[in-house]
Amino acid sequence: MTDTVNEIGKRRTRKEDARLITGQTNWTDNIQLPGLLHVAFLRSPQAHAKILSVDVSAARQMPGVIAAYSGADFAAEQGSLPCAWPVTPDIVIPNHPPMATEEVRYGGEIVACVVARDRYAAADALEQIDVDYESLPPVLDMEAALTDGSPKVHEAGNKSFEWVFANGDMEAAFRDAPVVLERTYRQQRLIPCAMEPRAVVCAPVADEYTLWSATQIPHVLRVMLALVTGIPEHKLRVIAPDVGGGFGSKLQVTAEEVLAVLLARKLGRPVKWTESRSEGNLAVHHGRDQLQRIRIAADADGRLRGLSVDLLADMGAYLMLVTPGVPLLGAFMFNAIYKMDAYFFKCTGVFTTKTPTDAYRGAGRPEATFGIEHAMDDLAAELGMDPLALRRRNWIAHSEFPYTTISGLTYDSGNYEAATARAVELFGYDDLRKEQEARRASGDPVQLGIGVSTYTEMCGLAPSRVLGQLAYGAGGWEHASIRMLPTGKVEVVTGSSAHGQGHETAWSQIVADRLGVPFEDVRVLHGDTQVSPKGMDTYGSRSLAVGGVALYGACEKVIAKAKVIAAGMLEVSPEDLEWTPGRWSVRGDPDQGKTIAEIALATFAAHNLPDGVEPSLDSDATYDPESFSFPHGTHLCAAEVDTETGQVRIRSYVAVDDVGTVVNPLIVDGQVHGGLAQGIAQALYEEAAYDADGNLLTTTLADYLMPSATDLPTFATDRTETPATTNPMGVKGVGEAGTIASTPAVVNAVVDALRPFGVRDVEMPCTPQRVWRAIGQARGAAR
Amino acid sequence: MIPATFEYVRPGTLSEAVQALAQGGDDAKVIAGGQSLLPLLRLRLAYPDLLVDLGALDELRGVREVGDALEIGALTTHYAVTRDPLIREHCGLLAAAAGTVADPAVRHRGTVGGSLSHADPAGDLPAVIAALDATLLASGPEGERSIAAADFFVDYLTTALRPGEVLTAIRVPKLGPGWGYRYEKFHVTAQDWAIVGVAALVRRDNGQVAEARVGLTNMGTVPVRARATEEAAAGSEASREALTAAAAHADEGTSPPDDLRAAADYRRHLSRVLTTRGLCAAANVV
Repeated sequence: MTDTVNEIGKRRTRKEDARLITGQTNWTDNIQLPGLLHVAFLRSPQAHAKILSVDVSAARQMPGVIAAYSGADFAAEQGSLPCAWPVTPDIVIPNHPPMATEEVRYGGEIVACVVARDRYAAADALEQIDVDYESLPPVLDMEAALTDGSPKVHEAGNKSFEWVFANGDMEAAFRDAPVVLERTYRQQRLIPCAMEPRAVVCAPVADEYTLWSATQIPHVLRVMLALVTGIPEHKLRVIAPDVGGGFGSKLQVTAEEVLAVLLARKLGRPVKWTESRSEGNLAVHHGRDQLQRIRIAADADGRLRGLSVDLLADMGAYLMLVTPGVPLLGAFMFNAIYKMDAYFFKCTGVFTTKTPTDAYRGAGRPEATFGIEHAMDDLAAELGMDPLALRRRNWIAHSEFPYTTISGLTYDSGNYEAATARAVELFGYDDLRKEQEARRASGDPVQLGIGVSTYTEMCGLAPSRVLGQLAYGAGGWEHASIRMLPTGKVEVVTGSSAHGQGHETAWSQIVADRLGVPFEDVRVLHGDTQVSPKGMDTYGSRSLAVGGVALYGACEKVIAKAKVIAAGMLEVSPEDLEWTPGRWSVRGDPDQGKTIAEIALATFAAHNLPDGVEPSLDSDATYDPESFSFPHGTHLCAAEVDTETGQVRIRSYVAVDDVGTVVNPLIVDGQVHGGLAQGIAQALYEEAAYDADGNLLTTTLADYLMPSATDLPTFATDRTETPATTNPMGVKGVGEAGTIASTPAVVNAVVDALRPFGVRDVEMPCTPQRVWRAIGQARGAAR
Repeated sequence: MIPATFEYVRPGTLSEAVQALAQGGDDAKVIAGGQSLLPLLRLRLAYPDLLVDLGALDELRGVREVGDALEIGALTTHYAVTRDPLIREHCGLLAAAAGTVADPAVRHRGTVGGSLSHADPAGDLPAVIAALDATLLASGPEGERSIAAADFFVDYLTTALRPGEVLTAIRVPKLGPGWGYRYEKFHVTAQDWAIVGVAALVRRDNGQVAEARVGLTNMGTVPVRARATEEAAAGSEASREALTAAAAHADEGTSPPDDLRAAADYRRHLSRVLTTRGLCAAANVV
């Protein structure tokens, strides 16, 4: 492009980091208001029980306590927490009071609260609340939950919905298939663990309310709070100040947010609640948790004939904002980058007496990618093929794009050949295979495994029309506006609410690139429904691919307006002007021109605008994507497995991603590194574990093992760049790619190391004990 | 999380500390680096009425030579232990093990005395000082006394310290010439506690193992010595085969826990594998 100053693609450090890193910003918990009261919630210590009585009278007598309430005190006004994604017409959506009134259905569900002058008094008073429970049987296992005799989580039973997709002749695909692979994989339950715990402040002024929340979705939250509490939407302002990570866990309308509003309304005083880490482990929605039954029919040369996926997805005790939709995003991703004759997908949503699940980095797509990529390595082993050769046999060739997949999505672009070739080269694939052979031959106690993941994902959530077809309750557009200030500085207002992604930097680069203003002259405003009134917020790797494109559109509108005004200033016809970054000038006479700053000042003065031209360069744009975007890439992992102890060490990890046009390579690298850490964490370390009574065992970070930098290898990352053809910037999104791709690469490497022992699978997380047992069981079976 | 209310004193002398503790009785707790106690308070798993902060007692900090032993003040941090030249020269095992405790932040605040007094069998230092045949020095209302490491750890999170007693120092005999050592810590992530740890010491005499000592972390409610392995190794050839055979007895007499991280049988297996590795490394056997 000749009409830019090449800000796109610059490796800029992030504007927002100075205030974030030095603690100059306000997190929600830092907010202080006159008369602020502090809330503490009492949570059920039981997985499933009838509430016989709740006595808060002793708590009310404690020093510093202003009020204490049980669910009964809110029964008339608290409504039900919303589920915005009723995926089938007959879905069971149970009533979900923010504070339980009759029954608790997971450990951590709120049963009472204390409001006090400080956090200490609130915590002390919480211990004085007396709750009488009658224990009910927990429901922990999804398969058992669906049997007739199972105890019920809800009166309507333990099945929430069944959702089916089918395309092609499955019967024919499996009939006489030379190879049929059948596998059951378990996606363990994960706890998001964003660095900043959740926090809420609600301040009432007369009949208006301001809510600060560590949320990803201030705009959606405002609508939902209005619907749940009955407070008119225009009397609610929601602010997401700087937010320290979300990973989907703050894509939610939480009980604590609703109760903060109700308490502020009841007491007429501002209230604050900040969760502790152990409280968060119990009560923040969890992620993943699926049982995947996968069948693949293939020809002897590896060509895929059919794929059948039968999922059980654990909803937990209730349906939260998008709980039922999460596993269904996988419906479009199990077929991944592969061509096949037939595809069948069925998902059953199951209630258990566990913390509700919902979106967690990738949301349905990592689960699907794990299923198919793990199955592809297994199929390669079954066929005695190299796993990369099996993929080449089946993937959509670069020449075949655009390509409509068996699940009905049209992939606009991709180059699996290029990404794979680069990954193989960086990895030293052939040398590592030789070393693997040597270790196998010598019986080395430390075996080497190589895992492959050639993933794609759907980003840029989402075309509103598609969301409508999927019964989602909202659209998928995004909004941006530009305010051209008289001094030539630029204010950008975006509906995309950042919580660590670096929007302020990337958005500044887009504006600097399009309008030709200095990067430093752009300020980005977001995360406040009063400042940025329209938005669909941040999740699903949508910010750049939807919000960034909206901003691009707003820039184009500014340029178009400026043209008319510049023509008036230069006393020429607009047709005679040409745009170079930051300046309209007369074609053939480039000395005659006006910079965008000069035009902005002239517009502000408005002394001499052409007739009928409004005195404003400002613009608004709302972008609704015509399609999803489809980043892809090839990840290769080499893992050393100590067969004596079961310890896994990642020896090398190569990630070659194609996320389309890159606005800021430094931010993209950061997203990939963090994503890899999170995906590797699922493969090797993290699991929300419950005991037989349904108590969560991993309530602290001493029990729930998050890896630190020490535990992770140095990543080798690179990119190929195949621009998306469905948006003018060619961008695709990168927020989830690392997480989606890496889990199967690592598990495939572990299993590959152990195939000579007869090991077919190791359940995640592949802890040393699990690996050691898998070897022992395989050896026992071989005897 | 928010701890319950407690009183706090920061005495200027050891005798004041002992007095404050004695007056506080069962409801008083010593706090040093706070790396074990503070999480318990914040999770409301402990409700002491009084915290006696030893932080001002500088005489409890640092390392000195006392004849054939080193005396390590109870307030010496893990970080200081890893860097101390005397410890590195004479009791390198302790420096090596202290360097594996949790993460740098914890090692800079956490103290040797705190770690031993907490007596978590998953802690790294208890098994190490057991293997080093160290002696613990305590000061209490009835004066000073010394307690052998083998007698110090009584049960899970329980020591032989009496109410009002403060652990003041650890006396560790210097390892003479010929000793090699290794702390084999097995954990899932770097910051996690040991699933099993093996503190191995071997004194070689040419091709023979003259003496071997093995302390086991997290193989029971207290740190244990693998006596059967020690006996089998003593006098044996310094070879991988002989040490592997000796290590096959490592879990004898232990009662390892069965928990979220590992089952007892896996811990037994690990103790044998890690003891083999620890002994071989300590004996410098390839």
